[in-house]
Amino acid sequence: MAKFTAKPKDLIHIDFKNPRTGWMDTPVDIREHMYCHPTKAKDLETVGFPNIHEWRPADENWNLPEDWKETVLNGIKERLQKYRSFHVFMDICVRCGACADKCHFYLGTGDPKNMPVLRAELLRSVYRKYFTASGKILGKTAGARELTEDVLKEIWYYYYQCTECRRCSVFCPYGIDQAEITMIGRELTNLVGLQLGWIGGPVANCYMKGNHLGLEPHTIKSNIEMMLDDIETITGIRINPTFNRKGAEILFVTPSGDLFAMPGIYTAMGYLMLFHELGLDYTWSTYASEGGNFGFFSSNEMAKRLNSKIYAEAKRLGVKWVLGGECGHMWRVLHQYMDTWNGPADFLEVPKSPITGTVFDNAKSAKMTHISEFTADLIKHGKLKLDKSRNDHLKVTFHDSCNTSRGMGMLDEPRYIIKNVCNHFYEMPENTIREKTFCCGSGTGLNASENMELRMRGGLPRANAVKYVHEQHGVNMLANVCAIDRATLSASMDYWVPGVGVAGVSELVGNALVMKGEKERTADLRGETLPGKEGAE
Amino acid sequence: MSFTELLSEKKPAILKKWFDSILDTYPSETADFLKKQKDRFANPVGSTIYGGMDSLLNSLLSNDDADTISKYLDDIVRIRAVQDFTPSQSLAFIFRLKDAVREETADESNARDFSDELTAFDLKVDALALTAFDIYMKCREKIYDIKANELRNMTIKLVERANLIFEARYRDIDLKDLVMEGNKSERGE
Ligand code: SF4
Ligand code: SF4
Repeated sequence: MAKFTAKPKDLIHIDFKNPRTGWMDTPVDIREHMYCHPTKAKDLETVGFPNIHEWRPADENWNLPEDWKETVLNGIKERLQKYRSFHVFMDICVRCGACADKCHFYLGTGDPKNMPVLRAELLRSVYRKYFTASGKILGKTAGARELTEDVLKEIWYYYYQCTECRRCSVFCPYGIDQAEITMIGRELTNLVGLQLGWIGGPVANCYMKGNHLGLEPHTIKSNIEMMLDDIETITGIRINPTFNRKGAEILFVTPSGDLFAMPGIYTAMGYLMLFHELGLDYTWSTYASEGGNFGFFSSNEMAKRLNSKIYAEAKRLGVKWVLGGECGHMWRVLHQYMDTWNGPADFLEVPKSPITGTVFDNAKSAKMTHISEFTADLIKHGKLKLDKSRNDHLKVTFHDSCNTSRGMGMLDEPRYIIKNVCNHFYEMPENTIREKTFCCGSGTGLNASENMELRMRGGLPRANAVKYVHEQHGVNMLANVCAIDRATLSASMDYWVPGVGVAGVSELVGNALVMKGEKERTADLRGETLPGKEGAE
Repeated sequence: MSFTELLSEKKPAILKKWFDSILDTYPSETADFLKKQKDRFANPVGSTIYGGMDSLLNSLLSNDDADTISKYLDDIVRIRAVQDFTPSQSLAFIFRLKDAVREETADESNARDFSDELTAFDLKVDALALTAFDIYMKCREKIYDIKANELRNMTIKLVERANLIFEARYRDIDLKDLVMEGNKSERGE
């Protein structure tokens, strides 16, 4: 009789131990489901990006342009001269490791090259080799290395596993901002034509049509009209907003995700209802129809070009100031860059609420105010009639978006609003909110579907904290003020914490807002029957 | 001492060994971190796996029902299913429990013959592995579901609009006629 002679270990080839090599000697392993597909050549042509070529991340040969190395090194040189912060960040890290375990991608993947300090070293090592005396002479001993194709691939792979969330910088004693290093690293990859489809496509659309999906004016209008139908069904009130209206007092700009995506459309319904109830003299624009800015995820120059349409449209329509919807990176751009890029917008006035008279001095220069600041001010002055009980079916927690919290310091307004429109609000643990909030895991143009594993890993730390309040307090709604969050957290909750929905804060406002002449509400903005109103129809 | 009592007594050592064996599947720096950082929010992977293993051991010892065991297993497998592992690498940790138990009960097993009990325990671990396999598959399927749902959610209003236009245009037309018409035009009639 035949005997089984194979040992179990021979039958299953499992290497349980990982190799213990230093990071420089561990070659990059480009894994499927961890990266996004390259962009289409036509999209890059639309915006005139350099070195357009066909390539695939999984291939050995990336068809880089002949002078790729020179291009990248010149790119580094130029940026060292242009951005003092970049130069400082390349020099001052003492490798204390305080940032190492603060990145959601490191926590979720366990890959040491996702430690912020190592992510920076990927580029810093090249900087040392070509731009410092010690690196030139001592080489590897001084932490320097040649720029090879593999090194470039490694930088590409890991700089698109960073969402520029800045959590690491909060813990760095020197304030080294990996987000800025990543932005520059991404610019360098763009110089040699290594752009992602999920970024290049929206950028081209936005450049040609004014928004990321390329919605044309009639589509924007009819999408909003469908929301108006839904609002009418729920409240009995017909709202008639205006589009591209010259002479309106306020231009309203929001991320286009609010116009067509779930659950963003409910947030947009909230805006529409609030503005109607206030009788606000405002207009939508089908040209400046995108608050978001995927250019920001490719290069400074591209971000600036896409951003310019907001002021241009404000000028064309002759409005007094600009009000912005719920978005994350949109606000980082508006708050920190717009004024220097495309300002001064001296044809606008400092935003002033026509309802309360509050002047938003914090927006003195940029002339653009966040909807949460605007709404919180209304509530503070008692200008809204709110019925909190209409949100009683929701147990809410709040996710601080990286950009609104760390990028613009807006921490309390959304919480203040939620507490005024909901009876049940529970904070997640202290080290996962406010300045220390965990990223959704899919920002900066990484919210594609082909990299879903990366997204789930990166989303785990946030989801883990949501799971805690879900189990402790029965939390079933994750509120936020970001269009990307609304999309990405929905996916993350679906995998990690089923039973928790995702909503924009303005949706919760819309639910609670008591409107003049409304019929008795029996459903929330999602059309779901309110508790106790079953059979009331 | 019965075998179950022995396992209860040795539980901390078994848990440590079992946990160490799964940590070995991560890079060494990461393994250190996963082990040392005790704050569950600062270390979701390490604390979830450790907590899951602890609860699993308790459940095995107290003969909890399959649902309870499944839940603890889910916590661990859900993480492993999206990390850099092949399916077998993801789930191999379960079998390491057999080694941990054998190693930690070796002395007592020499003094008394526990082979029947060990075989029975092995069967439980095998059942655990089969359950884990189901969970793993569900997690992977979920990932594909999410991709599809996300695409739909992303363009919900556009799809609704397309449907409305379709309905308005073709409300009174039988779909069968439409197909026939299509076929005709394909044939160039
Ligand atoms: S900016 Fe965010 S994603 Fe990037 S390394 Fe720092 S913590 Fe990680
Ligand atoms: S915390 Fe700052 S100084 Fe310390 S390793 Fe990280 S980047 Fe370097």
